[in-house]
Amino acid sequence: MGFSIKSLREKLSKTTNKISAGIRSILPKGKKIDDALLDELEEVLISADIGPEATMRIIDQARNQYHGGKITDSEQLEELIKTTSVEILKGADSHPNLETITKPEVIMIVGVNGAGKTTTIAKLARYYRSNGKTVLLAAGDTFRAAAIEQLGIWADRVGVDIVKHGQDSDPAAVVFDAINAARSRGKDVVIIDTAGRLHTKSNLMEELKKIRRVAAKAHSGAPHQTYLIIDGTTGQNGLKQIKLFDQAIGLTGLILTKMDGTAKGGVVLAAATQFKIPVRYIGFGETADDFDSFDPQSFVAAIFDSKSDD
Amino acid sequence: MFDELSEKLERVFKTLRGAGKLTEQNIRDSLREVRRTLLEADVNYKVAKDFIQSIETKAIGQNTLRSINPGQQVIKIVHQELITLLGGQVAELEISPMPPTIIMLCGLQGSGKTTLAAKLALHYRRNGKNPLLVAADIYRPAAIQQLKTLGKGLNIEVFYKDDKPVGICRAASAEAINRGYTHVLFDTAGRLHIDDQLMQELADIKKATSPIEILLVADTMTGQDAVNIASEFDRRLGITGVALTKLDGDARGGAALSIRAVVGKPIKVVGVGEKLDALEKFYPDRMASRILGMGDIVSLVEKAQQTVDLKEAARLTEKLQKESFTLEDFYSQLQQLKKMGPLESLLEMIPGIGKSLKGINMDGNELVKVEAILNSMTVEEKREPHILNGSRRHRVARGSGTSIQDVNSLLKQFSQMQKMLKKFTGKNMKAFAGGLPKFGL
Ligand SMILES: Nc1nc2c(ncn2[C@@H]2O[C@H](COP(=O)(O)OP(=O)(O)O)[C@@H](O)[C@H]2O)c(=O)[nH]1
Ligand SMILES: [Mg+2]
Repeated sequence: MGFSIKSLREKLSKTTNKISAGIRSILPKGKKIDDALLDELEEVLISADIGPEATMRIIDQARNQYHGGKITDSEQLEELIKTTSVEILKGADSHPNLETITKPEVIMIVGVNGAGKTTTIAKLARYYRSNGKTVLLAAGDTFRAAAIEQLGIWADRVGVDIVKHGQDSDPAAVVFDAINAARSRGKDVVIIDTAGRLHTKSNLMEELKKIRRVAAKAHSGAPHQTYLIIDGTTGQNGLKQIKLFDQAIGLTGLILTKMDGTAKGGVVLAAATQFKIPVRYIGFGETADDFDSFDPQSFVAAIFDSKSDD
Repeated sequence: MFDELSEKLERVFKTLRGAGKLTEQNIRDSLREVRRTLLEADVNYKVAKDFIQSIETKAIGQNTLRSINPGQQVIKIVHQELITLLGGQVAELEISPMPPTIIMLCGLQGSGKTTLAAKLALHYRRNGKNPLLVAADIYRPAAIQQLKTLGKGLNIEVFYKDDKPVGICRAASAEAINRGYTHVLFDTAGRLHIDDQLMQELADIKKATSPIEILLVADTMTGQDAVNIASEFDRRLGITGVALTKLDGDARGGAALSIRAVVGKPIKVVGVGEKLDALEKFYPDRMASRILGMGDIVSLVEKAQQTVDLKEAARLTEKLQKESFTLEDFYSQLQQLKKMGPLESLLEMIPGIGKSLKGINMDGNELVKVEAILNSMTVEEKREPHILNGSRRHRVARGSGTSIQDVNSLLKQFSQMQKMLKKFTGKNMKAFAGGLPKFGL
């Protein structure tokens, strides 16, 4: 299957970012570090949506090392910043002990409107299938017009089962039925689609809690994973999304989408300084193949490396 | 304006005052705080930099140093300049001198084009016009079905034929002329600004149909990349304006400023909810306050109007004014408040209140406690809290599964609140309630 880092890098370099300058254009090899250079570095970080707070943190570390005489040239600076960023991302991963899950494993997908939930579900389904698992989708977005049809088309395309009710029906009931169907059909994984919602709408967040409760009733321990889908184009509001979705249903991971654009998705780095919620996967296109598990190293490289100079 | 930024600036100037005369450098320091505020709101790095540079001279020039409150003075200048940069006034959608008025919606995937198309169609229909929706997103699974369903719900015609998007739009225009539609709305597929082939497709649609409006539909939550997106769409298509969506969330919306600054095209409409009538004009002054994190009191009031039981609110207001506000009323108020959303996001909308309530720490769990305590009180106790002597307080604590300290602190907070509310009643409150502008397009 094509889920290699290489495919990600290829994809990312195909959509060469000519518009925003990468780190190398301001950090030419061997250039001496000075305050002006650190300022320019700030621009690269902020422009990647890392946000002022996390950016200051990273820069302050570099500044201290520089003033302490530990680093002197731009190459060392680049190394330092990359390692710091990777450490921050890895720090968010608490490595939960992998207890054995009685089939099916239930995965709940949540996020704001248009973040890429449904498409990501297709990608995840394909990902699991390619790892030899059987998958069933629960059409839990009963609100948005034609959302059920959209998921149905994807279910056909990637060749997995789907359980659906009608438009405007109770999403929790769909989930209940889907889990039971998965159990009786012996499926390994259930992936729940939910309607997009802004994290500030308390009634809609209550609805998610209910879906969660009903999933637990249908299958003990469910949902085993709750993933928040974050659009890679999102700015600092991503932090509020994570906070409120986590408060409502408890997130086990993030999935970053639309990384085939020119946005860098740095908000997940800012998030990693605040929350212990790791990024699990990354999406970078509109086909079910444009998907990979998240690797902090290559993500950081993609943020920092200028793609215009290769 | 007692928000976070004001607080920071006041601090900057206060420490300086002690040290002696204010200098131009002090102003620059205060502008550094402004810059950070802008960056937190997702204003693009370069845009923020240019903006700060451009107001520096103004801030230094306008006697800021000698004013009694330099912090407020700086904010005033920043706010005013932001409003100007955001367009100053409300911008209107163009109407074709020769019908039909063709509007093309374009933007990234998931930015909200389809919903906006339906909202605009409904808006025109409500104004006595005859709109036609055009389904030109042939790529995303079920996108055509989505628009058809929305159209059906509104009883508005949706045009689609099995063809390429250019062919669909061309045929739709002809159909509109033949059948007397006054407004035509192209719902195009979401695409990346760097997708050469798909960007060319939009240029071809433009060439074939000459829309009078080409609106870039942008998500309010967009980060730094907004400038790249907007400038590419503008370069390839010559957009005529911008539609900001999902403004009902809590994103500060710096992207609005970035886009405006980079392409110089007005923001014409904003989407403020999933309901199809949740469409408004764009108010630069509100947006400026929002970007600066000054609280959006207008949105808060709107939210309150949507959710609060008006009769109950009127009753409570009257009680407030008569100064007979009891714990029982407080309880009822809590219930109303709960309906409006997570407290934190509400508090953030209120200038000043975020700060004044910081010590009180009203998070969700706290509320549950408060509710439990109130539930354990008799009606009489709620009406006359002073009768709550030691043994009564013990009973309430036991009954609610809280501690005597919790009960005490609630009672103390309540009496503080009563005092605070008294300050708000009377003149202030009336001015506030009477001065609300009317909304909608
Ligand atoms: N370019 C790009 N588009 C994506 C990606 N993921 C989803 N989309 C598109 O974003 C739009 C909204 O996606 P959808 O899955 O319907 O979002 P949902 O509303 O969160 O379920 C669709 O047009 C998708 O094709 C991605 O990784 N890259
Ligand atoms: Mg969806």
